[in-house]
Amino acid sequence: MATKKTTKSAKSDSRRDFLALTAASFGAVGAGSVAWPFINSMNPAKDTLALSTTEVNLTPIQVGQSITVMWRGKPVFIRRRTEKEIAEARDVDTSKLIDPQSDEERVQNPEWLVLVGVCTHLGCVPSGQKVGESRGEYDGWFCPCHGSHYDTSGRIRKGPAPKNLAVPSYEFLNDNTTLKIG
Amino acid sequence: MKKITILTLALAVLSGGAFAAGDAAPLPHQHWHFSGYKGTYDQAAMQRGLKVYREVCSACHSLDLVSFRNFEALGYDEAQVKNIAAEYTVIDGPDDDGEMFERPARPSDRFPSPYANKKAAVAANGAFPPDLSLITKARHHGPDYVYALLTGYGPAEHGVEVPEGKYYNKYFAGHVISMAPPLMDGQVSYEDGSPETLEQYAYDIVNFLTWAADPYMEERKRTGIKVILFLLAFAGVMFAYKKKIWADQH
Amino acid sequence: MGSGNREKFDNPVVEWVDSRLPVFTLLKAEYGVFPTPKNFNYFWNFGAIAMVMLITMILTGIFLAMSYNPSTAGAFESVERIMRDVNGGWLLRYMHANGASFFFIAVYIHIFRGMYYGSYKQPREILWILGVVIFLLMMATAFMGYVLPWGQMSYWGATVITNLFSAVPVVGDAIVTLLWGGFSVDNPTLNRFFALHYLMPFVIFAVVFLHVWALHVTGSNNPTGVEPKTKKDTLPFHPYYTIKDSFGVLLFLALYSAFVFFAPDSLGHPDNYIPADPLVTPAHIVPEWYFLPFYAMLRAITFPVGIPFTDIVFIEAKLGGVLVMFGSIALLFALPFLDKHPIRSARYRPLFRPAIILFLLNFIFLGYVGSQSADATLFGLPLSIFGLAATAVYYGFFIVLIPLLNKYEEGRELPPSIHESVLEAQQKSKAPEAA
Repeated sequence: MATKKTTKSAKSDSRRDFLALTAASFGAVGAGSVAWPFINSMNPAKDTLALSTTEVNLTPIQVGQSITVMWRGKPVFIRRRTEKEIAEARDVDTSKLIDPQSDEERVQNPEWLVLVGVCTHLGCVPSGQKVGESRGEYDGWFCPCHGSHYDTSGRIRKGPAPKNLAVPSYEFLNDNTTLKIG
Repeated sequence: MKKITILTLALAVLSGGAFAAGDAAPLPHQHWHFSGYKGTYDQAAMQRGLKVYREVCSACHSLDLVSFRNFEALGYDEAQVKNIAAEYTVIDGPDDDGEMFERPARPSDRFPSPYANKKAAVAANGAFPPDLSLITKARHHGPDYVYALLTGYGPAEHGVEVPEGKYYNKYFAGHVISMAPPLMDGQVSYEDGSPETLEQYAYDIVNFLTWAADPYMEERKRTGIKVILFLLAFAGVMFAYKKKIWADQH
Repeated sequence: MGSGNREKFDNPVVEWVDSRLPVFTLLKAEYGVFPTPKNFNYFWNFGAIAMVMLITMILTGIFLAMSYNPSTAGAFESVERIMRDVNGGWLLRYMHANGASFFFIAVYIHIFRGMYYGSYKQPREILWILGVVIFLLMMATAFMGYVLPWGQMSYWGATVITNLFSAVPVVGDAIVTLLWGGFSVDNPTLNRFFALHYLMPFVIFAVVFLHVWALHVTGSNNPTGVEPKTKKDTLPFHPYYTIKDSFGVLLFLALYSAFVFFAPDSLGHPDNYIPADPLVTPAHIVPEWYFLPFYAMLRAITFPVGIPFTDIVFIEAKLGGVLVMFGSIALLFALPFLDKHPIRSARYRPLFRPAIILFLLNFIFLGYVGSQSADATLFGLPLSIFGLAATAVYYGFFIVLIPLLNKYEEGRELPPSIHESVLEAQQKSKAPEAA
């Protein structure tokens, strides 16, 4: 009698454990699938993603001039570089750079430099776009927040920033008179 | 469980009660491809409906909440959507001189309104042509209502006086409507060989507008079936677990 | 909550935390071994269900608020942006909109269960009163939430309900202007409603905490209404009721999901998909279904109260309606003090039982009356007459019937204990099998 009872309760325990485990797995799957839509709702919405191209008319920009446009809520620097600036950007030993990259890799057309104007350190907007603003020690841009110096190719040369200024994806349209960013 | 059934019934009675009919004729019920728990949108009908909307309705009615990019849901690819968008002009700006300018629409743009604002729309039509983005949700039994309204024109009945410039419609509350009969047989040409009749146009436009109001219906129903099956299975496990645990108490 | 009797836990991390802040001891005492009557029926699931719905509402609400724009210019469009462009936004919004209805369904059943089994009676008066406070807060929250999409029903619902306060003598108009922050329902109103709508659920949460605290002081009532006497009468809350509640919650969620996914707009009003227009009132405005019985009582008073055959009026019709509506909730507060009958459960009260069922049917009928337009008729008579009669029945239940039953109703014989009643029920259900 006693043995029979033990086997019965042992069997019953294993069934109980099995049910508990099944219920717990259901709960975990359920909680996970419910959590995802909540978290995903914080990702960029479809209208935000759809708006992610900007077109810029390049004709009014003179050699040596820079303009700033908005793209995805961030400033984009477009500089029509002088021969001197191009030469400066190309006359560099890339292996010595903090983030080694040649100028050729960073531009489609040497005359036009297109950069996301956000310092790769902590997100400030570097100065150097307007005439008279500090361009740093390398004649490019200078971030006033923590003193990062960028050169005429937008590469980090000195200061705390770890990477070069980002180059957005862009293309030239209509015989190079229009720039489409994004 | 019985209580829940009673409650659901009570709810149904209450919400049904809330739909007190006006003096318009009762709506005939149409069979829609999108109704039912497995119903999906009829893409061919939506594409034809978009054509009807573009050629007829859009002259007066805006579709403010729909963007060109949304038309991919009708079965168009990216290039086709771009082409449709490019046929429209939108106002953008200000440019560097501070001026607003016109440019061809892009997929990310909303469908442009026929009027600059509500007052301009009223001035041109004598009444406000409602925006159609949500029309099938904004009326009781929306799809049936829109279909009935479009096909409900005719000579005045029951001694209703129709003033100059207004029209008689059986299904419109008060029967006197400012919208001229918008559709007639043969008005819009179809390339897929569908009949070019008023009924077909009405059917197609309702398909299109129902999608415009509820673009996630298919995803919603698909998700719903999974969620409910999951919950019922989970409940089944819990019930077994509960019975097991309570076994020594009974 | 003090640091009195603390048990040792085997898990060293749990023990480390618990010796400094005895949350695990608290959890174990209140949700683990907590002695709970063993004869609960499925009506007792609705407290847990309501709690799950409250959490669902708070979570969906927080995420919706991240994409919502509380301005008259942007509200409607931002809601549609949630429906169309925000990832999974349609799901969050439909969960929130239908969640309000299902929260009310759970709470209405929970309240009715409390009334049927006399859960409001001594010593659970404060528990009951806190419950009514939660119900009131829910109504305020739901009302303000319904305004946020800024559709036609939002706008006109806000206008009508805020105008209720204009019935207050002397300062009524000043109160309404204060509520609006202007001369009509407008941007400032929408803005403050959003702020308050976000705040209130946390206030509700706090009162729910008090409600549960009070519950754990007195312990739960049960279908017999007889207090547990020995250990035989109770079971530890876990696992018996945690598992049973989970089962009930899941079934309820399945029903809720049926609405969210297959009829998400069936409990709302189509007019709320038309942007608010201060120049056009919809032909037939109705509140959300959960307000309908109270709306019917508001509309039942269509006449001033004064001395008959004279022009002396004490209470204008408008004020009368407002008083009757708020009074109907005040009666719920007073219920523990009105019903002094020594027997709790309707099971053992042969007269109270049909009366409380009649009260429920009358309440549902009031809901029907509230859903109809003001000039509707029933059996050829104006519906307002039925509304007035049903309101009288509602009031009569509290202030006539219950006191009469206190005096004259003789209860059935109570079971000696919960345990005995469970045994008896088991024998009864087994008897036919044996035969």
